[in-house]
Amino acid sequence: MVKEEKEIANRPDNTAFTQQRLPAWQPMLSAGIVIPGFVLIGLAFIGIGVALFVTSRSITVLEIDYTGVEKDSPCYKCSDADVKNCVCNLVFSIDSLFEGPVFFYYGLSNYFQNYRKYAASKDDDQLSGDLDAFTAPSDSCSPYDYNSNDKPIVPCGAIANSMFNDTFKLYRVVNGAKKLVPLDGKGIAWWTDYNVKYRNPSVTPLKNAFNNTVKPIFWPKPAYQLDASDPANNGFINQDFLVWMRRAALPDFRKLYRRITEGDYAKGLPAGNYSLTIAYNYPVLSFDGTKKVVFSNVSWMGGKNEFLGIAYLVVGSLCVLMSIVMLIVYAKFKFPEED
Amino acid sequence: MLNRRVLRVRNPLIRECMAEFLGTFVLLLFGCSAAAQVKTSRETKGQFLSVNMAFSVGVMSAMYLTKGITGAHLNPAVSLSFCVLGQVPWGRLVPYFLSQLLGAYVASGLVYLVYYDAIMEFSGGVLTVYGPNETASIFATYPSEYISLSSSFLDQVVGTGMLMLCILSLGEKRNTPAPPELIPAIVAAIVLGISMSMSANCGGAINPARDLGPRLFTLTAGWGTEVFTCYNYWFWVPLVAPLIGGVLGTFMYLIFIHWHLPDPDPPESLTPLSTISDKVLQPSTMWDNGETIPWAIAEGRRLSGDVQKEASSRRERNIATDGPSVRGCVRVCVWEAREGETERQGWDGAARGQSNLTEIGTGDPSPRPCGDAASSVKGVFRSYKEERKVRANDREYNEKFQYASNCIMTSKYNIVTFLPVNLFEQFQEVANTYFLFLLILQLIPQISSLSWFTTIVPLALVLSITAVKDATDDYFRHKSDSQVNNRQSQVLIRGLLQNEKWMNVRVGDIIKLENNQFVAADLLLLSSSEPHGLCYIETAELDGESNMKVRQSVSVTSELGDQNNLASFNGEVVCEPPNNKLDRFCGTLYWRDKKYTLSNQNMLLRGCVLRNTEACYGLVIFAGPDTKLMQNSGRTKFKRTSIDRLMNTLVLWIFGFLVCMGVILALGNAVWEREVGFLFQSYLPWDPPVDNFLFSAFLSFWSYVIILNTVVPISLYVSVEVIRLGHSYFINWDQQMFCSQCNTPAEARTTTLNEELGQVEYIFSDKTGTLTQNIMSFNKCSINGQTYDPDFCFYDDTLLEAVKVGDTHTHKFFRLLSLCHTVMSEEKSEGELLYKAQSPDEGALVTAARNFGFVFRSRTPGTITTTEMGRSVTYTLLAILDFNNIRKRMSVIVRNPEGRICLYCKGADTVLLERLHPCNQELMNITSDHLNEYAADGLRTLALAYRDLSEDEWEAWSERHRSAAKAASCREDRLAAAYEQIEQDMVVTIEDKLQEGVPETIAVLSLANIKIWVLTGDKQETAVNIGYSCKMLTDDMTEVFIISGNTVQSVRQELRRARDRMIEMSRTRDGKEEGVEGCFMGNGFREGQGDSRGGEKQLQGPPPPPSNLMDNISGEFALVINGHSLAHALEADMETEFVSTACACKAVICCRVTPLQKAQVVEMIKKHKKAVTLAIGDGANDVSMIKSAHIGVGISGQEGIQAVLASDYSFSQFRFLQRLLLVHGRWSYLRMCRFLCYFFYKNFAFTMVHFWFGFYCGFSAQTVYDQYFITLYNIVYTSLPVLAMGIFDQDVPDQRSLEYPKLYEPGQLNLLFNKREFFICIAQGIYTSVVLFFVPCAILSDATQSTGVPLADYQTFAVTTATALVIVVSVQIALDTGFWTVINHVFVWGSLGLYFSIMLALQSQTLFGIFPNQFHFVGSAQSTLLQPVVWLTIALATAICIVPVLAFRFLKVDLKPQLSDTVRYTQLVRQKKRKPAGRSVGGAWRGVGSVSESRLGARGSSRRSGYAFAHTEGFGELITSGKNMRLSSLAMATFASRHSSSWIDTLRRKKHSHTNTPPSASGESSPAPSCVSGSIPPLSNSSSVLCGSQDAPIEEETGAAPDTQTASTSSTQNPPAPAPASEADDGSAQTLNAGVLTPVALRSQGGDSPGGWTISLGAVQEALLRWKGRASASNSPVKLAE
Repeated sequence: MVKEEKEIANRPDNTAFTQQRLPAWQPMLSAGIVIPGFVLIGLAFIGIGVALFVTSRSITVLEIDYTGVEKDSPCYKCSDADVKNCVCNLVFSIDSLFEGPVFFYYGLSNYFQNYRKYAASKDDDQLSGDLDAFTAPSDSCSPYDYNSNDKPIVPCGAIANSMFNDTFKLYRVVNGAKKLVPLDGKGIAWWTDYNVKYRNPSVTPLKNAFNNTVKPIFWPKPAYQLDASDPANNGFINQDFLVWMRRAALPDFRKLYRRITEGDYAKGLPAGNYSLTIAYNYPVLSFDGTKKVVFSNVSWMGGKNEFLGIAYLVVGSLCVLMSIVMLIVYAKFKFPEED
Repeated sequence: MLNRRVLRVRNPLIRECMAEFLGTFVLLLFGCSAAAQVKTSRETKGQFLSVNMAFSVGVMSAMYLTKGITGAHLNPAVSLSFCVLGQVPWGRLVPYFLSQLLGAYVASGLVYLVYYDAIMEFSGGVLTVYGPNETASIFATYPSEYISLSSSFLDQVVGTGMLMLCILSLGEKRNTPAPPELIPAIVAAIVLGISMSMSANCGGAINPARDLGPRLFTLTAGWGTEVFTCYNYWFWVPLVAPLIGGVLGTFMYLIFIHWHLPDPDPPESLTPLSTISDKVLQPSTMWDNGETIPWAIAEGRRLSGDVQKEASSRRERNIATDGPSVRGCVRVCVWEAREGETERQGWDGAARGQSNLTEIGTGDPSPRPCGDAASSVKGVFRSYKEERKVRANDREYNEKFQYASNCIMTSKYNIVTFLPVNLFEQFQEVANTYFLFLLILQLIPQISSLSWFTTIVPLALVLSITAVKDATDDYFRHKSDSQVNNRQSQVLIRGLLQNEKWMNVRVGDIIKLENNQFVAADLLLLSSSEPHGLCYIETAELDGESNMKVRQSVSVTSELGDQNNLASFNGEVVCEPPNNKLDRFCGTLYWRDKKYTLSNQNMLLRGCVLRNTEACYGLVIFAGPDTKLMQNSGRTKFKRTSIDRLMNTLVLWIFGFLVCMGVILALGNAVWEREVGFLFQSYLPWDPPVDNFLFSAFLSFWSYVIILNTVVPISLYVSVEVIRLGHSYFINWDQQMFCSQCNTPAEARTTTLNEELGQVEYIFSDKTGTLTQNIMSFNKCSINGQTYDPDFCFYDDTLLEAVKVGDTHTHKFFRLLSLCHTVMSEEKSEGELLYKAQSPDEGALVTAARNFGFVFRSRTPGTITTTEMGRSVTYTLLAILDFNNIRKRMSVIVRNPEGRICLYCKGADTVLLERLHPCNQELMNITSDHLNEYAADGLRTLALAYRDLSEDEWEAWSERHRSAAKAASCREDRLAAAYEQIEQDMVVTIEDKLQEGVPETIAVLSLANIKIWVLTGDKQETAVNIGYSCKMLTDDMTEVFIISGNTVQSVRQELRRARDRMIEMSRTRDGKEEGVEGCFMGNGFREGQGDSRGGEKQLQGPPPPPSNLMDNISGEFALVINGHSLAHALEADMETEFVSTACACKAVICCRVTPLQKAQVVEMIKKHKKAVTLAIGDGANDVSMIKSAHIGVGISGQEGIQAVLASDYSFSQFRFLQRLLLVHGRWSYLRMCRFLCYFFYKNFAFTMVHFWFGFYCGFSAQTVYDQYFITLYNIVYTSLPVLAMGIFDQDVPDQRSLEYPKLYEPGQLNLLFNKREFFICIAQGIYTSVVLFFVPCAILSDATQSTGVPLADYQTFAVTTATALVIVVSVQIALDTGFWTVINHVFVWGSLGLYFSIMLALQSQTLFGIFPNQFHFVGSAQSTLLQPVVWLTIALATAICIVPVLAFRFLKVDLKPQLSDTVRYTQLVRQKKRKPAGRSVGGAWRGVGSVSESRLGARGSSRRSGYAFAHTEGFGELITSGKNMRLSSLAMATFASRHSSSWIDTLRRKKHSHTNTPPSASGESSPAPSCVSGSIPPLSNSSSVLCGSQDAPIEEETGAAPDTQTASTSSTQNPPAPAPASEADDGSAQTLNAGVLTPVALRSQGGDSPGGWTISLGAVQEALLRWKGRASASNSPVKLAE
C-alpha cells in the first residue's frame, strides 16, 4: 500500500550507525589497569634507562676549544682578524686507547644556522644543478645573489657563503716525530644529500658550468676547486660543503669533519701524544662564537648522551612512585563497586 | 513601467558598498585624470597643483554623491577610524575596503582608457616605473628617490592623521560645526591643504585604496611587477601607514578635543560623516513601551525602500539606507529636515508624519506616515493621508499607491548576487577576515615566515563549505517561497473568475475562496454562500486557536452575492495602514455615497482556513508582506549557542595571547638583533629594509603572528560545523524520535545549535497541540451517584446496559447532552451528520450522546430534533441561556412533545453544585467524590443538572426574562439564576487528550532541573487543568499562586504577596530542616531592609529580594498568571519583580498570552536569567516565541507548518523532547566540550613549540616544523580522530541519561567547557609543547647517528619533534575518547598511518625529483626514523606528556567521581556481571507519578472545575436569531472531498491517518456499504473502530432480539460491548436502530475540523450489526451473574 511505502520511506534506517549503537569499546581508567600499567611502564623505563646510562658511560669524548680567546691558547695569535693564513698547533695526549672508530668533529657555538633568513638564503634549483639558476639566482639568496658587478654568485646565499673553512691535520707524536693520522672524508654527508638533493650540473669539465659566475664572496676558491685532491669531490657534492649545508637546529652545534678509520687507527687512537694542526681561517670572535674540535666514538645508540639515560631513569622511577601513590589513594577512597 | 521596487537593493551592506565603490571611483577618476593630464602634457596643461585640486574636487563630488548612504568614507583609513570610534560596525570594514579598492581599480582603468593615446605617446609605448618617461606615477604614488623608508612611513602617518583630525571635528555640534551641506566642500579643502603641504615626499596617498587600486591596475595593465617591487617593496607603506595614521589622528582628536567639549552628548551630535543607518539603528529597535518588535525592522526596511524610491531630492536619498523601523524612519525625516533647514514643505511633511504617529498611539506601528512625509516633502501628486485606500476592481487606481504585492520573499540570494553577497557575509565573520589578513601578511616577503598555502588552503576550504551550505539553505527557501507564491487562487478579473497565482494577486482584487482553502491575503469579506454573509474560519495558523470563528460581511455587500454583481462593485475602503494586531481592524467602506464601518469582524486574514462555508468573496486589502500574518512573523535571527559565544571570547583572548607572544618574541628579537645579530652580520647581513634592530623586531612581530596563528586554526570552525552537522543527522536519524503514526521523523532544521540542547534551563511550551493533542473525548461520567468508566472508547458495559434497560437517569443524562448545547448540525444526506461546535468540548459531548443513542439531528430557532433510542423526538426550544465566563454554565429550557417543560443545565461543577436543591445533599457528596477522582486524573469536568418546570414557573420566569431583557443583561442573569434550583445532577468529564508521554516527559525534564513554563492562549481554567493533567502542577506542591490582577498595582501586590509567602514558607521549612542558618538569613534580610528603606517602604514596597534568597526557595511553588496581569508584569519596571517571583516557582503557567507576549516572556528570561531557553510550540502563534528563544522547537503535523518552518528542531510528539534534550543535547554538549578542550590543547601543543624555539633561533620566526607539516597538521594528521570523538563519543548510553536526568546538570551549569577548563587545556598544551621542544633539544644536541653523523641538524630535529607531537596528541585523543567504535579506531590509527606515509611521500626522492625547490626535507624522514635515539626521544616525550595526565585522571575519578563516571562504572560492572539492566527507563518518572497519586484526596474539586468551553459565547445568539440555520449540502460535499493538494492538507492527512492507524488496516478493508462518504475523517474513524475486528463474526440477523447471546471471542483491542439491537426499522429516516449504542471513539479531529462533527447514521447501523454478536457475548457473564 502507498501509505506503508511512504512510511518506509520516512522512517530512519535502523542501523547501528544511525542509531548510535555501534559496538564500542568503552575503556575506563580502572585501578586494575592503571596501577599495574604504571608499574610496568616504570620498570621498563628504568630498565632502558640503566642500559642507556651504562652504554653512554662507555663512550669516550675528547673536546678541545681552539677559538683562541685566552692568551695562553695556541691559537690566540690567529684570533686577530687581520692575520691571514694563520696556522696553529694544538697538542694533546690520550692516556689509553681511544677506541675506534673515532669521529672527528668541529664545533661552533653561538652560531645561528637556524636563523630564518640565513636558512632560506640558498637556491635549491641551483644546488640541484639547474643551469638556469646559475645565471639567475633566486631572490632568496639576496644579498649574496649577485656580486657588486651584477655577476651571479654560485653557489649563492648566506649559507654557502659562510661555509666553514678551517682545515685540520692530525699528527701522532711518536718520540717527537709527527706522523700524519689519515683522515677519511668520504661519506660524512647524508646519503640523500650526496646522491639526491645536491647535483652538479652535467657539464664536463665542471668548471665550464661556472662560466660567467663568480664564487661566493668569502670563498677563497670557486666551488669546482673545493677539493684539489679528489676531482670527484668538487662542486656541490663536496662532502664538507654538504655537511655545512645541512644546517644545525641549535646555535651550538658540531659537525662531522672526518672519520679516523684507516690503517693503524682502525681500532682507534692509541694512547700517546697528538698534535693537531689547524689552518685558522674562520672568524667567529666578532660575534662571540667559539670553535672546537671533538673526538668521539659511538655505540649502538650513537654518541655520548647521558641525559637520555638519566631522563629514562627519572621518568621510570616517577612512574613507579606514582603507582604507589595511586594504590594508596585507591585503597583509601575505593570507587564504589555498587550503587 | 518597470517597477523600481524590483531594482532596489535590499541588502543595506551591498547598498553601502555600492556607494563606496562609486565614491572612490569618482574621486580617482578626477585625480588620476588630472595626473595623467599633467604628466602626459609634460606640465604644459597643468602643474602639480592642478592634480591636487582635481583630487579635492574629486573628494567633494564623491562626498556629495554618496554621503547620504555611507557617510562617504572613500578611504579605508577613514573607515577604520570610524570603526575604532564605534560609529561603523567592524563587519563593514572589509566590505568597504574591498569596494573602495574596486572603485579605485575601475577608475584607474577608465583613466587609462581615456588617456591611452596620451600615455602611449608620452612613454613611447614602454610602460615604466622609473625614469623620465615613467607613467606609473599617474596612477599610484611613488616615493622620491631621497626618502628613506621610515621617513616615508612617517610622512603617510602624519598626512592621514591630519586628515582624520580635521574632518572629525566638522560634525561636532558642541564645537564649531560646519553646515552639513558644506561638509564635502570643507573636506575637499582639507584634502587640498594636505596634498599641497605633504605630498612632496611620496605623493601623499593618505589612502590605501587610492594607492593600492591603481597600483593593482598598473600591475595588470602592463607596468609589470615592478610597481610593487620598486623602491624595495615600498608599496606597503601607503597601505599600512595611513591606517595607523588615521587611527592616531582619531585618538588625537578624542584625547585633545572630543573628551573636553562642553555638554553631555545630545543625540544630534553624531557626526554626519557616520552612516545614517547607524544612527537610526539604536533607538528604533525598541519602542517606547519597551516592546521589541522584530517585524518592525523588516517593515522599516521595506518602507525606507519606499521612501527611497519616492524621494527625488538628494537629501531624501539620505534617508533611505537602512531605516530599520517606522519610528526610526520618521526620526530620519525629522532629523534631515532639521539638519537641512530646507524647504518648508519638507519640514511640514515630516512633522505631520510624526503627529500622525502620535495620534495612532505609542507603539502602534504606522509606517505610512513616514512614506507620506517623504512624498509630501517631494510635493508630488499624492495628497496627505495616513490610511490605506483601496478601490475594488480598480487595479489602475490602486497601483498608484504601490502597495506591496502578494509575493513573499524570504530568500537571501539569487544566482547573480550569491557569490558576492555570500562572500561579503562570510568576510563579516571576524575569523574569516582574520585569515584573509594573515594571507595578506604572508604575501609580504619581509614578513612571510610561512608559505602562502598554509593559510589559503584551509581558508578556501572553509569558504567553499560554508558557501555550499548557504546555497542549499537558500535554495530551499526559494523553493518554499515559490511554492507559496504559486498557489492558485481565483481572482475576479473583469467579471470573470480567473486562476491566478498568489503572488499575482493585487491589492483591490476580489478573490473567491472555497471551503478549506487558505486565505491568500488579508481580505475584506464581501459576500458568502451562507446566509447573512456569514462564514467560518479557522485561525490556527494565526493565533493557534483551533476553534472556528465567525466572520460576517457588511450587509450591503453580502447582498451582492455572486461574481456578476461583484464585478461591478467599486467600493473604496479606507483603512489603517498594515500592522500586526490580529484582533483589530478599523476602516470604512465608501460605496454609493454611503459610509460603512468595517471592523475585524469583516476581515479574513491570510493564514486562516475557510471552513464549513461553501465559498466566499473577499476584497484584498493587505497583500504579501503587509498582511498581518507576515507582519507578525519576526525576522529570522541568527542564533548562536553559548558555546559559540564563549568560543568567540576565547578566540579573542587567544588573539590577545598571540599578540603578547608576538610582542615578547619581537622584544626578544630586538634584543637579539642588537646584541648578537648586529655582530653576526658578517655571515648574515640585515635585509635592506631593516636598518636597525627595532624595525627588525617590528617585522619579526608580524612574522610571529603568522607562525603562531595556528593556535586558532581555521579548521576549528570547520570542525565545529562538521560535528554539529553530524549531531543533526543523528537527530534526524533517531528512530526513537520517529512518530510512526504521523510518519514524521525528527528534524534538526538548524544545524548550529545542537550543543545548546544540552544546556537548557527553561522550556516554554505552548499548550494546544503541543502538550495536548487538541482532541477532546468523552471519558467518564457519574450518573446519579453511579460512576461509569467508559475508558478510552467508553466501552463501559454497565453504561451501555444502563442505557439499554432504560434507566431514567441515564436517559436524562444523555438527553441533556443532546439538547443542552449550541452545536449546529447538518444532515447532509442520508445518515450523515455534521456537527459544528464552537468548542471541541461541546462537540465531544454531543457526539457522546449521539453514540449512546441520543442523536441530535437538527435544530430550528424554536425546536430541537433528536433521535432518542431510534425514536425521533422534537423538542420545543423555549430559551437558551448561553455560556459566559461569569455564569460558567449554560442552560436550555425545552418543552418535550408531551408538553412538559424541562430545564437542562450544564456548567462548571463548582457553580452548579452550589445551585443544587438541598435535598440532593447525599447525591452531591457522592458526586463530589467522583468529581475529585476524575479531576485528579487530569480530566476536565463539568456537571449536568436538570429540573422539571411547571407551566406556571415557566411563565413567570419568561415574563421576568422579557422585562429583564430590556434592562441590563446582568439582571437577566440574576433572574435566570434565581430559577435554577436544580434537582439532580450528573457529572461528566471530558479529557483534553494529552499527547502520549507528556506527564512522563515533564517529570523527567523537571528532574533534570529544567523549568517548564506553559504559555498558552487558553483561558486560565483550561490551562490549570492541563497543568494538572500533565503533572506540571501536582497536589503535593506547597502552593499555587494565581496572579490575575487587572492593574499594575494589583499585579505588583499579588506578585509580592506570592514572594513573601514563598520566603515565609521556605523559611519555616528551612527553619525546621536547617535550624539557625535559615532563620539568620531571613532575619538579616529583614533587618537590612528596615534600616535602609525605612520611610520609603510604604510607598514603594519592598524591592525584589536578593536573588540568592529567591534561589534558595525550597518549597515547590507554582505560578499561574493570566493575560492582563502578564501584560503588566512585562512592563519594564515590573520585569525584575516578575522574574524573581516566577523563577522561584517550579512551574509557571501563563494564560491568554498573545504571540508577542510569548516572545516577550522568553526575552525577559533570556535577559534576566542568562539561561538557555527553549520554546516549543506547534502553531503560527508560537512562531515569535520559537524565534526569540535560544532554541525553537516545532511540533510538526498538528496545526500547520508555520512553527516548524520557524523552528530549529521539529518533531511530532512532545515526549520526544526528553530524548532531544537528555540524550542528543547532552551528548552534543559533551562531545562539543571534549572536542574544544582537545582542540585547543592540540593546537597549543603544536604552536607553542615555535615560541620556545624562538629563544634558540634568534627570534627569527623560524618554524620548528616543515611547512607541509604545518599545513597538514590541522587538516589531516589530527583532524579525523577528534572529529570522530566529537561526533561519536558517548560517556553513558542513551538509556542511562534518560534514567538519570541529573546527568543533564553539568550542561546547565556549564561545567564541561568554561574559562577554567579552557585554561587547564591550554596549560596542558603549553606543558606538552615545553616537553616536545626541550626533550628533543636536550637529547639531540649531543646525539649522533651510529655512523657518527650528528643528529642535531634542523631537519632531523623537525621530524623528531613533529613525530613526537603527532604521537602525543594521538595518545591524548585515545585517552579522551570514551567510546571506541570502529570509526574511532580507523581514524586514530589511520591518522597515525597517514602521518607517516604522507611524511615519507613528501620527503621521497620522487617528489624531490619533480620539484626540487619545494621539498627541502628530502630523505629526512627515512634517515631520522631509523635512529633508535629518535624513537627513544619520542617515547620519553610521550611518557612525560601523558603519564601525569593519566595519573591525574585516575585520581580524579577515584577521589571526586562525577555522576557520569559512576554511571559509566556501574554500567561496566553490570556488563561484566551480565546482569540485565536493573532499572526500566521509566523508573525515574514513575516515582513522581505515584507520589501525586498517593495524595489524591488532598485537593478540593474546585481546582479542576475547568469547564473548557471557549471563552466567548457560543452560537446561542445566532441560533435564537434564526440566522444561519442552513448549511448547504454543497458545503458538505466539499468538506467531504476536500483533500486538496495543498501541502498543509497533506500534513493533516498524515496526522489523520495516524489517528486511524491502529485499526485502520482492517477498518479500511472491511466493507462499509452504507457509508456515503468514506473519506470523511471522523466517519472513517468511527467506522474503523466499528469494523475494527475482522475476526468478529458479522451477524446477519438484524432482527435478533437484544438478549440473543452468542458466545464469541473477540480481540482484546476491541473490547466488546453489549449492543442491544431492537427491531430493525425499514424507514429510511429511521434506519437508526433504537437503542443503538455505538462505542465509537469520540474525538474531534482537531486538525481536521475543530467543531465540525460528522457521523454517518449508516455507519452506526453497520456497527450495530456487528456488535450484536459480541455484545451478547460479553453480556452473558453479566447476565449470568445477575
